Amino acid sequence: MPTLPFPTGHALRRPRWRPADVVVAAAVLALLYGLLRFGQAARAPLDSAAAAGRVSTDPVGLPGFALRSLARMFVALACSVAFTLVYAPIAARSRRAEKVLIPALDILQSVPVLGFLAITVTAFLRLFPGSMLGLEAASIFAIFTSQVWNLTFSFYHSLLTQPRPLVEAVRMLRLNRWQRFWRLDVPGAMIPLVWNGMMSFGGGWFFLTASEAITVGGRSFALPGIGSYVAAASQRGELGRVGLAIAVMVLLVIGVNAVFWRPLVAWSERFRMEETEAAEVPRSVVLDLLRRSRLPRLAARGWHPAGEALGRAMRVLGTPRTPAATGTGRRRRAGDVVFGLVVAVAALAGAWEAVRYVADTAGLGAFGEAFRLGTLTFARVAAVVVVSTVIWVPVGVGIGLSPRLARIAQPVVQVLASFPANFLFPIVAAVLVATHVGLDWGGIVLMALGAQWYVLFNAIAGAMAIPSDLREAMASLGVTGWLRWRRLILPGIFPAYVTGGITASGGAWNASIVAEVVTYGGTVLTATGLGAAIAESTAEGASGRTLAGIIVMCVYVVTLNRLVWRRLYRLAEQRFAP
Amino acid sequence: MRPTDVAGLPAPGGTPGAMPILAAERVSKRFTAPDGGAIPVLEDVSFELWPGEIVALLGKSGSGKSTLLRLLAGLIPPSSGRALHRGRPLDGPADGVAMVFQTFALLPWLTVLGNVELGLEARGVPPAERRARALAAIDLIGLDGFEQAYPKELSGGMRQRVGFARALVIEPDALLMDEPFSALDVLTAENLRGELLEMWTRPDFPTRAMLIVTHNIEEAVLLADRVLVLSSNPGRILAELDVGLPRPRRRATPRFEALVDEIYGIITGRDGVPTAVVPTVPERASPTEQPLPPATVGGMAGLLEILVGRGGREDLPDLARDLNLEVDDLLPLVDGAVLLGFATVDDADLAVTPAGRDFVTVDILTAKELFARQATERAPLVRAISNALAAAVDGRLHERFFLDILRRGFSEDEARHQLEIAIDWGRYGELFDYDANTGDLSREPVEEEPDPGAQVSPTVTLRRGGPPPPRGSRARP
Repeated sequence: MPTLPFPTGHALRRPRWRPADVVVAAAVLALLYGLLRFGQAARAPLDSAAAAGRVSTDPVGLPGFALRSLARMFVALACSVAFTLVYAPIAARSRRAEKVLIPALDILQSVPVLGFLAITVTAFLRLFPGSMLGLEAASIFAIFTSQVWNLTFSFYHSLLTQPRPLVEAVRMLRLNRWQRFWRLDVPGAMIPLVWNGMMSFGGGWFFLTASEAITVGGRSFALPGIGSYVAAASQRGELGRVGLAIAVMVLLVIGVNAVFWRPLVAWSERFRMEETEAAEVPRSVVLDLLRRSRLPRLAARGWHPAGEALGRAMRVLGTPRTPAATGTGRRRRAGDVVFGLVVAVAALAGAWEAVRYVADTAGLGAFGEAFRLGTLTFARVAAVVVVSTVIWVPVGVGIGLSPRLARIAQPVVQVLASFPANFLFPIVAAVLVATHVGLDWGGIVLMALGAQWYVLFNAIAGAMAIPSDLREAMASLGVTGWLRWRRLILPGIFPAYVTGGITASGGAWNASIVAEVVTYGGTVLTATGLGAAIAESTAEGASGRTLAGIIVMCVYVVTLNRLVWRRLYRLAEQRFAP
Repeated sequence: MRPTDVAGLPAPGGTPGAMPILAAERVSKRFTAPDGGAIPVLEDVSFELWPGEIVALLGKSGSGKSTLLRLLAGLIPPSSGRALHRGRPLDGPADGVAMVFQTFALLPWLTVLGNVELGLEARGVPPAERRARALAAIDLIGLDGFEQAYPKELSGGMRQRVGFARALVIEPDALLMDEPFSALDVLTAENLRGELLEMWTRPDFPTRAMLIVTHNIEEAVLLADRVLVLSSNPGRILAELDVGLPRPRRRATPRFEALVDEIYGIITGRDGVPTAVVPTVPERASPTEQPLPPATVGGMAGLLEILVGRGGREDLPDLARDLNLEVDDLLPLVDGAVLLGFATVDDADLAVTPAGRDFVTVDILTAKELFARQATERAPLVRAISNALAAAVDGRLHERFFLDILRRGFSEDEARHQLEIAIDWGRYGELFDYDANTGDLSREPVEEEPDPGAQVSPTVTLRRGGPPPPRGSRARP
């Protein structure tokens, strides 16, 4: 044995503190203090300071704002993880629940989150009357809804694809449900969970920014945070301060990556199943620091008895049994029918209520209007996908085929994809105002600001995944130029491209709600489209029209996914999977 | 002859009223076919595992030997009949039963120690005792010094040692093994087998009985007191043999070889004992009664060539040993060659027929014609597809048509698998072609759209003509 991955008991008894310990201890203290302050601020009464436009754009406040935004992000992430750990196992293990939970997840994933902000803000304000907690909760909820579906799907998928021998081994050892969950279910899903968490977290910044400053029913609200800072600076036309916020945001994205996600990714490597050895093992300086420090081990030792006790308590969850014999089919089928009927009746009743509400408040014509406006927004989304494909696929392939370039470019693109595009809106808006280009066309640019990176990122990943022996074979056959693109590169990157396309298209739909109405220095730019319609009806408090708009947008997104992306995805899996 | 139990318990049948550790009482197992019908995997199997014995379950793939093991393990319920542990019906894995897996099935994120402790943890053993017992088991199995290693740092042999330690630490009275040595190289497997037998004869070894599933006939004869041979489709007990050789056993003895030969004979369907796999009149069987063995044309041709090179007749055990092939690798090829009338099996001897000799000696086009003729005459599914395509107006039918028919007798996966074999054979014989894009089977080779790049593009040339692609590669460009 060269080196043991974990030191033996002797190391623990050494009393001297090492530098790593001091750093880690300080970080823990700082974190605790930050949480305390965040909690205090959230309990503050909802006063005039909460109104948008009153947010101070003094750069001195910016670091504090940034930290408060960051805290919201992490609270949302914690909620998402908790939700995932409960929802996915139920969906994966209960035959009946699966029939409802998974389609529901599929739809919710396609829903434009920002459209619901109006409804959730109102609801949360009513839940915590007169307190900032309502706004905080609404913002956190917006971030939560933007990241949770990905995580849940990823965990659900991992649970369904657990290697059969491992499942059988765990059952033969008679692990109870609780033990199995922590020994097999969660560790087996750790790598996809961490990666999806990282990606969703990046996407979450966008929703944080959008949810910190919002106008609902004629009232504007703002939460102190980096998102509302940018909104305020943009309203006042302070381009310099927008730039400052962008710089802080970039630091924040890079910092969170370095301190949180990179270590987590590197740590999660230990949960890799043998069959899929990583080509390049991710490393992290922060993780190395943590590993050198004794604190995690001390914490683990402290946790151990608690974990044992919890494990004993959780034995009540029981051990799954094999029924002595199958064959009670009729009763089971009767149960299925009853269950299906109850769910169907409840769902239809709810849908009927929703339609009636729209009919009573805005009239059923609102649906037709929304569909008409939807075509315009759809055209913009399509333009975003097509244009980013034409531009970024060749660039991405160029980068991906050169290992040296890819090493440099991939982290940069990752930051770009995480960076909330709405921070850049003021700058583009300023240009649009100055050049008198309407938002009908400019909106495409705004929507593309965030969405395009997914195409680029996946094109790079796809090109990197093309096996080098195939490239060498093509070269030796003299296959070059357009033929090489058609026969090797495009088929090779297709699966990755489809993933990027789905994400980009979904991102563009979501962005339309904030990209079709933009305020810059007193000028309000508006595009004709479904996104603008939802934003306007939200601001006016016309909830009937908002609801109709959201429903129609869901219909658009879901239909598009079913008709186009889902099919491409299946094609990619069947014909072009590596 | 059954050796007396090491702990002094009498051999089975020795005492009236003694109880088998594990028992299957007329169990059947059916899986539901996609069209709602039932696919029998095991039919009316009764079996008892008594204290003091090692039993080997042998059979071709698809004989349900793994299913029987999992029924006895309590991992799956029987469709009818009962599986019992010490007289009590199983409703899940029993406390005193442990299992060793072909693929080791170690949790990669736990150390060796963590993996071995897991079963004790599940039984609520306090941490200190857990550790002590796990370390003892690690000692016993020769893993000392590797406690803190992760499974991926270990070689296959060491990993399977962890698998054994994890099973033995709970001191099971019955140890179930699912092809525990088949993922290991020959020498490592031999070494581990020897150590297992050595432990078995120790007086303090807690395990009272062992049941091993294997497709290695020599391994079965080497280890077991009793060998059970299962037939295929559905699995029934075809034969039960008492090994009765003194331990330690050596391969190079006449009695050992005779026993191996006998089992080969049983498995390949010696005269008078027809197995479901080698039918007497393949010409009249339907595609679901007579499944195609998973044999590639190249594999069968290779086997026949070796056979011809050795004078046209060879003892199957010798052939398997010389080629270093196990039953699961060799028998599908044998079954395929027999089905196509290229070879015959007679008392564990494989003999080439005149048609088989022609097949490997004539030029490629004649060989293809010969293959096409034999396949349409003797392989029911190939014949059915050819006939259906001949009757179809434009000589073209969608794969769904055939899959629907196959699903009456096979599971979803197996139906697809059968069609893939038929396509492989049909393509080689130029009887019909298959377009992976549309899922169409057609009488004549699919016309490729005129494509200027086709001459230089290997993605196209590889898919057309040439040798048939290996199974499962259809979906790839």
